[in-house]
Amino acid sequence: MSETIVAITGLRKVYGGKNPVTAVDGIDLRVPAGTIYGLLGPNGAGKTTTISIATTRAIPTAGSVRIAGVDVVAQPALARQSIGVVPQYNTLDRSCTVAENIYFHCRYFGMNKGEAEGRTARLLEQFRLSDRAKAYPQALSGGLAQRLQIARAIAHKPKVLFLDEPSAGLDPQSRIAMWDAVQALRGEGITVVLTTHYMEEADELCDRLAIIDHGKILIEDTPAALKASVGGDKIYDLRMRDADAREKLEERLRAVEGVTGVEAIPGGIRVLARAQDGLLARVVMTANECGLQDVTTTEPSLETVFIRMTGRELRE
Amino acid sequence: MKSEQRWGIYSRAFLGLMRRDLRVLSRELVPFLVRVAMNPLLFLFVFTYVMPHMSGGAKMSPVAGMAAAGGGGGFGTVLLPGLMAVAIMFSGIAAVALPLAQEFGITREIDDRVMCPLPIAAVAMEKIVFSAIQSVIAAALVFPLAYYVPSTPVLAHVSSWWLLIAVLVLASLVAGALGLTIGTSVQPKQIGLIFGVVVVPITFLGCVYYPWAALGHIRWLQWGVLVNPIVYMSEGLRAALTPSMGHMPEALILAMLVFFLVLLTWVGMKGFARRVLS
Ligand SMILES: Nc1ncnc2c1ncn2[C@@H]1O[C@H](COP(=O)(O)OP(=O)(O)O)[C@@H](O)[C@H]1O
Ligand SMILES: [Mg+2]
Repeated sequence: MSETIVAITGLRKVYGGKNPVTAVDGIDLRVPAGTIYGLLGPNGAGKTTTISIATTRAIPTAGSVRIAGVDVVAQPALARQSIGVVPQYNTLDRSCTVAENIYFHCRYFGMNKGEAEGRTARLLEQFRLSDRAKAYPQALSGGLAQRLQIARAIAHKPKVLFLDEPSAGLDPQSRIAMWDAVQALRGEGITVVLTTHYMEEADELCDRLAIIDHGKILIEDTPAALKASVGGDKIYDLRMRDADAREKLEERLRAVEGVTGVEAIPGGIRVLARAQDGLLARVVMTANECGLQDVTTTEPSLETVFIRMTGRELRE
Repeated sequence: MKSEQRWGIYSRAFLGLMRRDLRVLSRELVPFLVRVAMNPLLFLFVFTYVMPHMSGGAKMSPVAGMAAAGGGGGFGTVLLPGLMAVAIMFSGIAAVALPLAQEFGITREIDDRVMCPLPIAAVAMEKIVFSAIQSVIAAALVFPLAYYVPSTPVLAHVSSWWLLIAVLVLASLVAGALGLTIGTSVQPKQIGLIFGVVVVPITFLGCVYYPWAALGHIRWLQWGVLVNPIVYMSEGLRAALTPSMGHMPEALILAMLVFFLVLLTWVGMKGFARRVLS
């Protein structure tokens, strides 16, 4: 594996107060440089808290985060040089124009006037914001505001860009534009860590994923490997008329060539299988003798992975 | 990393924040000047121009008699340092507390500045310093007003420039630190209450419209107002600008301004860190 750029070790965060909340409960993570890395999990899983700690905005209860070798708790001001952040909410400076949002960000990070102006012009061009340069952030649509936030976050050429729920509240078209923008960052050598609870987004965009729930990482791998872990590339959900025949049917289905797994689901049986010609027909014929009502076919998704690991749906 | 390198990064970030604030202020220059000038202008107009032209005006203003007794020059002479102190304090509230309320609001637009390569305490410090610059401008604006508006000329006399500069700078920093303390300790929704609950009381009980010595007959009040930092701003400016008027000892004034600066800066920075870190 290539060089590790974000190293999270034994991270814990307990929010104090009358009812303490353990938001992050022992997370270990290595993000390889140059990847787009996803934290996928339902609301309240601890994604934002993890990002807040990694970006020096929250103090961990235990554990450490190193960004490009710099400890974010011991050296927050210096770690920030390697970090770009787009938080969950819009944090554009409403007293400054679109161009000034980027320009002053460059100045905060030590560029002189000429460098900052050049960088601002290039980023406005790259993110197709040039014609709105003199507008104020309040006048931007959600998609444009999000693009400006990304442009500003990478203006100082950070090594890692953190995106917290980048597509929350975006219309489908803006979401795709945002995905393109994020994918283009790969070419600039920027590592991206993003959180999401949209499994399509995680699947489409990320090279590697950690599925996170209740402050813990359940599993970590490439999206393809995660989906393969389900144990088949086709899923047939069979709805059965009566429950009695099920056990016998389960055994007979297991014997069908190509079937890799059979499990009970409410109202029927789920068959996991490797795709091959004639497989669906064989499964349906076998099940038909035992009172098949209906069949739906799907392919394993990250949603399936999540449900198998937690027994819950990703979106509730 | 070498320490010079680190200071280089920090100082460029600090200057970047100052530049940003300067740009924002420059766009609001006219509203800024109007806001700063309105209070002293109206005060001087009503109390040193309108009232003296009314029959019995002097009797309506009890301090006027005392001002005369204290060395002449009329109420304007009492008001000049007081109005400068108010201008300084208002600027601190308007330059730090009110913007902070917005920046900590729903949008959290302060985030990008908090994320610059600078310790968080220094981000708070920048707020205080930039506010102090506005306070000095605000205080300076009171001069021409006090020169042109009153019907009786104001008797101002700078006995020591060093004292004036020290008081002006300290008072301006105290005002910024006060703004930081208020802006970080009050919920954004409640910032509107600040004027009624904090600003008006500390102004009226801040020896702005009367010298501290004039409270001699109300002992409990004379001691009570000592916890109010505005008292030392007004008295300090009184000592530096209108020394003929009775004022507190200069060393005490400077010591108390330093004390309030340290206290309010510490509380304000704590509050700032609490608001931006979780
Ligand atoms: N500032 C806070 N104070 C107290 N509890 C918090 C705070 N922020 C988040 N939490 C709690 O921590 C848990 C994780 O939240 P969060 O990290 O925001 O999850 P996610 O981003 O995955 O939705 C939730 O139960 C949330 O209520
Ligand atoms: Mg979140």
